[in-house]
Amino acid sequence: MDIIRPGTQIDFMKYRKAAFTLSAALIIISIAALFVRGLNYGTDFTGGTEIQVAFSKVVKTDEVRSAIEPIGLAGASIQSIGENRDNEFLIRTPVEGDTGGETVQQIEGALKDTFGEENVDIRRADVVGAAVSKDLKQKGFLSLFYAGIGLLIYIWWRFKISYSVAAIIALAHDVIITVGIFSLTGREISLPVIAALLTVIGYSLNDTIIVFDRIRENIKKAAGSFDYSSLLDSSISQTLSRTLITSSTTLFVVLALFLFGGSVINNFAFAIMVGLIVGTYSSIFIASPILLFFRQEKE
Amino acid sequence: MDRFKLKGLLILAVLVLGILFAAPSFFGSKEVPEGWIGPKEKIKLGLDLQGGMHLVLRVVADKAVESRMNSTVSDLRAQMVKQRIHYSKAVSDSPETIQIALRVPDDYDKLSDLVRGSYPYLQEVNRSSKDGVMTVEYRMSASQVATIRSQAVEQALETVRNRIDQFGVSEPSIIPQGDDRIVLQLPGVTDPERAKALLKNTAILEFKLVDEEHSVQDALRGNVPSGSYIAYMKEGNQPILLQQRAVMTGDLLDDARMRIQSTYNEPYVEISFNREGGRIFERVTSENTGKRLAILLDGKVYSAPVIREAISGGKAIIEGRFTDEEASDLAIILRAGSLPAPVEVLEERTVGPSLGQDSIYQGLLSMIIGGLVVVVFMIVYYKFSGLIADLALIANIVLILGALAVLGATLTLPGLGGIVLTIGMAIDANVLVYERIKEELRLGRTAKMAVDAGYKNALPAILDANITTLIAAIVLFQFGTGPVQGFAVTLSIGIIASLFTALVLCRWIQEWLVNYQKIERISI
Repeated sequence: MDIIRPGTQIDFMKYRKAAFTLSAALIIISIAALFVRGLNYGTDFTGGTEIQVAFSKVVKTDEVRSAIEPIGLAGASIQSIGENRDNEFLIRTPVEGDTGGETVQQIEGALKDTFGEENVDIRRADVVGAAVSKDLKQKGFLSLFYAGIGLLIYIWWRFKISYSVAAIIALAHDVIITVGIFSLTGREISLPVIAALLTVIGYSLNDTIIVFDRIRENIKKAAGSFDYSSLLDSSISQTLSRTLITSSTTLFVVLALFLFGGSVINNFAFAIMVGLIVGTYSSIFIASPILLFFRQEKE
Repeated sequence: MDRFKLKGLLILAVLVLGILFAAPSFFGSKEVPEGWIGPKEKIKLGLDLQGGMHLVLRVVADKAVESRMNSTVSDLRAQMVKQRIHYSKAVSDSPETIQIALRVPDDYDKLSDLVRGSYPYLQEVNRSSKDGVMTVEYRMSASQVATIRSQAVEQALETVRNRIDQFGVSEPSIIPQGDDRIVLQLPGVTDPERAKALLKNTAILEFKLVDEEHSVQDALRGNVPSGSYIAYMKEGNQPILLQQRAVMTGDLLDDARMRIQSTYNEPYVEISFNREGGRIFERVTSENTGKRLAILLDGKVYSAPVIREAISGGKAIIEGRFTDEEASDLAIILRAGSLPAPVEVLEERTVGPSLGQDSIYQGLLSMIIGGLVVVVFMIVYYKFSGLIADLALIANIVLILGALAVLGATLTLPGLGGIVLTIGMAIDANVLVYERIKEELRLGRTAKMAVDAGYKNALPAILDANITTLIAAIVLFQFGTGPVQGFAVTLSIGIIASLFTALVLCRWIQEWLVNYQKIERISI
């Protein structure tokens, strides 16, 4: 069985202008979204209190809000999570309470007073102080940066500087668009999401490297004059079935994680899913065409 | 035995080890049955899966510097009086400096000698004369400040460890982080308030003189004399008027023991000071003979006995109608427990057991669903070779679980996600090889040649692709905390395990098929 008929050669390079235009548009939209809408940073990065509470009876968001209004938390963000029948909510407030847990205690008390002690289950309570959240944010973004540098050096060592730069541009492309989609959808950027972005970096590079490896091999084989553009096309075509198979199996499992993995890991799975799709696209339509661009510049 | 068979045996050994180490974890919360021959270590679950409390504390080390400076100032004052150095002022304005105003500038030499001899860590930073008064400013040396700070953090860490042990948390993890932070992982603790109270209780011991010149009644009416305040006795809650300034604090404590008074069989706590503490205590008691000295722990007055005579030898006792237990607890807290400086909670995460259970269930569910899809797909697409890859996938998961158990690594929820992701990615190596084999077969190669060439040609790409993911995982491990580190760990182990299963295990099976079973057509 073959999903791509053997010997098929698709003229990917023909579509490079269209792909560049599409990617440029996506990147501009992403950056614009970052400036206009910003990112919905989670408690990990803003500091504050976040409580996940489950009720054993039907409760509406408004009821939760009015329950915590008397303790001065009317402005808290209250989000219903999980499937609706779970009656589960995420309460977030920038208030952290000077010694850590008072806010948690207050919220717990207020909810128990309103809905009855036995109906309230505090499933998770996070209190993150300003010093820690600042730290986490810095470390989170630094890690993306360092991963980029490390990978740049590795590919440079294994291939050539032009391959390395092309791969890193494709990576930046993937990360920017994924983050842009987080901005547009208003999904929360938390620590696990940063971890997911790092995974996307590693993963999208996988695809790119497989293609680059084939390009390197084909150049060696050609050993003489060859048309660079059609060599790129055939390299991508030869690896296309692998790219599609691996991407789709990985997509399947991440989709399973997204659908069944529960609320805590939902954004994490979403980031990997988006990154995977964008990464597969970029390793075909962005990374190799950039190689062609470098080649043409040189000539 | 030829090399091929030897290789097969080694592979088998790795798999058996993997199974042995992974097996205990399948019993879940149940005990591993008697008679199980393998290791009994289960995979450690992160707090997000088993429930518990994660705390980051900061030791406010500046307070330790400040309180040391305060005791130095009062000690220095007494020494100056003794040596007839005429000063009009001796104060500490900031935690690290002392200003001394000398009425007789000629005393400067004596002061210099005194400081050099008794307080070598004080450095003169400024000296000025105005209207016949010489002002000298000393600063605590940077190295002394650093020492006090690091000692404070170290001691706090020790204290926190001790208290958690007392609290009875099973398998806590308490590690220092950065300059002044302590990270605690307390599995099973779901009452954050109680745990925090235990940790934040500084257990600071202070000695303060009772203000006997003014009446408590007057003060209670709102007439609190300056420099004094109303404190309350631990027993009976009676008000007592104390001077604000502590003449001495517990940081100069050397030891604390429970003792039994022989005549009445009543327990008390005997504390011994270190040398500097003994000197201060002797001075305080000699200067205030006949007065009452209150002993306070965290602001509560335990007792306020009359000082009958100067006490040399650096020992004091705390009485307070203790039970044996109370006295011994107090001794423990004082001995190992007093925090040299207050701590503040920077980060606190509590996961209830119900959420942890749900997370495990949801994580496993998505792992099984995702896994099934991949397994079925591989068989449909690659037929018998797909089945081999599926076996390798199962071996891969077993190896990951075994490695987690043997390394004592912690499995977190993102870590479970990492395993799920590995399922998707692990077959990548198989796919790369199989696609190569197919290419070779299309070129008309024999099965044996195709298998050889397939593995050989796919190798560089597989290695490069996996090493780059490994680089990302290592960066993640360096920068991440808790759950995220768990993800980095499973991802890394997953990459290495999948390299083994795809490049060693599958290769061996396929070589065995074409070389020993003389299979001529590969089902792929």
